[in-house]
Amino acid sequence: MKEKRIRLYIATIVAAIIAILFLMPIILTICNSFMSASEISSNYGAIFETNEKGGKVFISEKVNLKFIPDMVSFSQYITVLLKSPEYLLKFWNSVILVVPIMVFQLGVASLTSYGFTRLKGRLKEIVFFMYIILMLMPYQVTLVPNYLVSSWLHIINTKWSIWLPGIFSPFAVFLLTKFMRRIPKGVIEAAQIDGAGEWQIFRKICMPLCKGALCSVAILVFIDYWNMVEQPLILLSDPEMHPLSIFLSKINSGEIGLAFAVATIYMVPCLLVFLYGEDYLVEGITYQGGIKG
Amino acid sequence: MKLLGKQRNAKFKNMQSKELHEHKKINQRKHKRVSFDMKQRRRLSLGLYMAPSLTGVSIFFILPFIVVFYYSMVDNPINNEFVFFDNFINVFSNGAFQLAAMNTLKFSMVAVPLAVLLSLGLAMLLDHKIPYRSQFRTFFLTPMMVPVASVVLIFQVIFHYNGAMNDVLSIFGISKIDWFKSSYAQVVIIILFLWKNLGYNMILFMAAISSIPKDILEVAVLESASPWQVFINIKIRYLSSTILFVTILSLISSFKVFREIYLLTSDYPYDTLYMLQHFMNNTFRSLDYQKLSAAAIIMSIFMIIIIGALFITENRFGKDMEE
Repeated sequence: MKEKRIRLYIATIVAAIIAILFLMPIILTICNSFMSASEISSNYGAIFETNEKGGKVFISEKVNLKFIPDMVSFSQYITVLLKSPEYLLKFWNSVILVVPIMVFQLGVASLTSYGFTRLKGRLKEIVFFMYIILMLMPYQVTLVPNYLVSSWLHIINTKWSIWLPGIFSPFAVFLLTKFMRRIPKGVIEAAQIDGAGEWQIFRKICMPLCKGALCSVAILVFIDYWNMVEQPLILLSDPEMHPLSIFLSKINSGEIGLAFAVATIYMVPCLLVFLYGEDYLVEGITYQGGIKG
Repeated sequence: MKLLGKQRNAKFKNMQSKELHEHKKINQRKHKRVSFDMKQRRRLSLGLYMAPSLTGVSIFFILPFIVVFYYSMVDNPINNEFVFFDNFINVFSNGAFQLAAMNTLKFSMVAVPLAVLLSLGLAMLLDHKIPYRSQFRTFFLTPMMVPVASVVLIFQVIFHYNGAMNDVLSIFGISKIDWFKSSYAQVVIIILFLWKNLGYNMILFMAAISSIPKDILEVAVLESASPWQVFINIKIRYLSSTILFVTILSLISSFKVFREIYLLTSDYPYDTLYMLQHFMNNTFRSLDYQKLSAAAIIMSIFMIIIIGALFITENRFGKDMEE
């Protein structure tokens, strides 16, 4: 069994190297958020010399990739959190835009995917295929029609113009249907023989079995909308309503000294969602029952 | 008498069986009707479940799509005169579109298979009983959380001309590469794409691998199948539907990578990074909506073909396994 052990060592080392590569950008962001603004601009200023026309004089031409700050400073956080309420406002905007989308998209999608898993026939296949195609459409294409529809419904410049298309997005339907199909047929049939109606099967069998899948989809939807850039720019003309994501992409070229702190704050909700749901994310569908598939 | 009795008996039997048959038929019909009603009702109730989504999707996705289709066929939004395929011909002969389509195709052809294969590899790696397995799993997932804007910032820092990547390469005596303004740009984007998406794909594969029935694997080992045979003949078979699923998901995210490219390099990036979405974005800006619609329709037809093909192959494989 010596050979097996060697293989195990190699596997661990490979995994460790990949893990370091994967973690590096995140560690970099967090570490750099504790640098003072002047240190940041002396390290990374060179990147943005092209972005700003003849503005600042940069100390160094070189881009220094630094993990450990010369001096740990909370100045970025102090500026972001205490001195300018703007950031917190944007943060709140993000929450207000994303959470309802996540909750209602999941609700609508779980009902729909239940329908997709239970129904049979050609029509269902075609509709499901259509959902996939719609899901793949780039946003630029549906942008103008989306704008038109929103203006017909008189919801432009309101949160509804972001909420409604988000809630009905086919993405969660596609994912959940894929997960629900893994529920063993025997379980559902057994419930049917015992006289359970569709609602009971859905509530008492499907939903509990899909807990992991629901969590997993919730995380994906959250992350997707937490990062949205195009929709708010076009549908919300009032910058007061813009989420943090837009702000963050602006700040990169403007105030680079604060970018890392804002990014870290921005990551916190994702991190929380993630820590809470990670175990479910991994499970997907868990069914350990008597029926052998 | 005996004969008569026999005859009668036979007759009776005959009658009986006929009657029985008749009876069965009626019964069957009745049964059919009942089950038909049940089925109808079940369908109706399931239809109700799907109604909210179907309405929403119709309003916010299908209706726009129809509008796009209409626009692709008319000359301009004011005249509304039908020109049929003129817009399509215009788009096809457009140099920018050809470049964008080729780049997108190239990118997807490389990035999507890599995303599937490497994440399967990672899942297999973690399938070994290595120490700190769940920690590794978490680490591989973390890139998902990083906001797009920060990803872009970090990649700019790493791949800058005077940045870390070139410093590392110079140790090995490789001269500096201008990552974003050379044909290496696509490499950077593929790295970014993989870094971001491998984790979740890996999770999907891990779930699928753990659901392969253990007894089959044990039998295979007992029959002295080599690990490679086990992998090809058993694991891949069981993973076929997950492979399709991951492929579609990767395809979706490969279209989303535009956001990163855009934030990295803005409207007119280096040639090899000019994607279909850039083309659409720029046509959108110039308000040439006919061109945009036609390009969108071409793209969706292409997509229907690809995904249809994927589904058909998966169906073949899947049926194979169930038998």
